[in-house]
This record gives sequence, structure tokens and C-alpha cells, in this order.
Amino acid sequence: MSDLDPLDPLLIAEDWRSHGRFVAIATVIDTWGSAPRAAGSHLVIDHDGNFEGSVSGGCVEGAVIAEAQDVIATGHPKMLEFGVADETAWRVGLSCGGTIRVYVERLG
Amino acid sequence: MDLTSLRALNIARKGRHAAVVVTDLDAGGERVILEGETVAGNLGDHVAEAFRSGKAAAVDVAGRHLFLNVYLPPPRIVVIGAVHISQALARMAPLVGYDLTIVDPRTAFATPERFADVDLVADWPEDVLGRRPLDAYTALVAVTHDPKIDDFPLMDALRRNCFYVGALGSRKTHAKRVERLCGQGLDESATARIAAPIGLDIGAATPQEIAVAILAQIVQAFRRRDTVTTA
Repeated sequence: MSDLDPLDPLLIAEDWRSHGRFVAIATVIDTWGSAPRAAGSHLVIDHDGNFEGSVSGGCVEGAVIAEAQDVIATGHPKMLEFGVADETAWRVGLSCGGTIRVYVERLG
Repeated sequence: MDLTSLRALNIARKGRHAAVVVTDLDAGGERVILEGETVAGNLGDHVAEAFRSGKAAAVDVAGRHLFLNVYLPPPRIVVIGAVHISQALARMAPLVGYDLTIVDPRTAFATPERFADVDLVADWPEDVLGRRPLDAYTALVAVTHDPKIDDFPLMDALRRNCFYVGALGSRKTHAKRVERLCGQGLDESATARIAAPIGLDIGAATPQEIAVAILAQIVQAFRRRDTVTTA
């Protein structure tokens, strides 16, 4: 008996990869201040930009999806930081006032 | 992450086994650790803490930057009683991602018509819980009002360390229940873990509102638990 949500990002990532799609997994590593998703939360992305899950309340997902394309292409993981002190983060709008680090890696 | 690691992790999660994934943030690469596996040294302490707290964390071990992600089984609700409250609860539980099973030996109540698309077992709890044991990640909700049906699963849930045990009934009904359970050898301090009257006190009146109060109390018990010790 499986209790897992059909929209579970890690099940979707496995399924996508098993069907030949190229996939990156993004994971919240730390959060400071107010952040909508706790450390450990996942967003999974494929090479066409399809995604499932979340690493914030929708504030930085766009930027993570864009970076994920690079990670999928090169195979090199990346650590992304978003916060109010950061110019990019302000632009992508982490308006809740928090800071987060997101690790993006390719699924081998 | 290796596809092999992800497959191992997903198999563990589907089987309701707690797992920790240790990722090396500098060198890449990861290790999947199942609960119960022995991990030596300082890393072992961090892994044990992750299982205990259920919280992911970045840690430094011997100069390496590691990330420990924790995957605990999703909370499961076992409802004893195919009553009106259970119908509402069965519709709400999937919204919060909790799995739900309803057990009631009374076939007049436990009908597929009343519980479409619900995991419903028309059998005695004694038999069902033998086949599908309760665990520390399960909430037990007893709502039949009938001691013949409710008492056994309540005792079993306390013994198996369910993170939530709730029983429907007034204070008076519950006092009698505690008396009965103690008469069957249960410790009085154990019976104090039963949430009764069931549900957060939000003045719920209808079966649907009571279901909200129960579900909210289950979420509270799960998120505020200090430790989860596996039975």
C-alpha cells in the first residue's frame, strides 16, 4: 500500500528519468527568517522546464527552473542563494523577507 | 543524485520506512540511510538527531559540508467507525496528504455507497490491525461510541505508540472508558494520552465541523511531537 501523494516530486522525478527525460532536483538547504518552505523541500524540473513541487511560495521557482537547465546540461550541481539583501532575489521577489539556499543537482 | 539512490529512497518511502539522505555538498554524491541502520561516529549522531526531529539540516562533519534530508512516512489515520464524521474525515484527509483507512465490523455502516473511493474494511479491528499493524506514524481515531468495537484498537494504539489517539464521547463516557481500559491492565498514565473529548475545542457542532476539529488536532499532534519512537 502506497501512502504517497501522486504529485510527490521525488516519485515524479524517478518516473520522468525512467522515461528518458533529463531531470534536476532542487532542494531547500537552509532558510533564515520567514520562509514558506522548510529545509528539505523539493522542486523537480525536466529539460523542457516542466516542474513539480516547490522551494518557496512561488517567489523564486522561476529562477531555480532557469538555473536547473544549466545543471542538466553540465551535470555540475549548483548552490543558489536568495534573500532580500541580494539584488537577484529582490528582482525575483522573495518578498516575504526570508533568505534561502537551494541546492540544484542533476538526477543521474 | 543517482537514479539508484532515488529508487532506493522511493521504495523505502512507499514501504513506510523512515530514511535519511546524506548529500556531500562540496563533492556531490549521496548515501541513503534507512532507520535502524548503524552509522558510526559524529555523522551517526547527526543522523540519529535527524530521525528524531524529522528536520533536515546542513551539518559539518570532519571538514565536509553535508546536507541531511529526512523522509518520515506520511501520517496515516485509522478511523474505527464508519459513521457520519468518518465520511467527512475521509474527504478531508487527502487534502493534507494523510492516508486514511476506515474499519467497522457493522456492515450496515461500512458500505461502499457511503464511502466511495475510501479504503474501507468491514471487519473487526482485532483482525484488521493484526494484518495491518498500527505504527508510530499512525493516528487512531475511535468514533463508534461502542466499547466492543473501540476499546481494543484504543489499547493497541497506545501500546504501539501511535502519535495520536483520540476517542469520541463526553467526559462522562470517557471516564467510564478509562475505568474499563485500566481494568484491562492499561496504565492510567497511558490513558491520559487519549484525546477525549475528541478534537480541538473550536465549538464544532456538525459532523463536518467535528471532522475539521479532529483533523486539526491530528496535525497538531504530528507537528508538535517531541520524539517518535518506533514500536
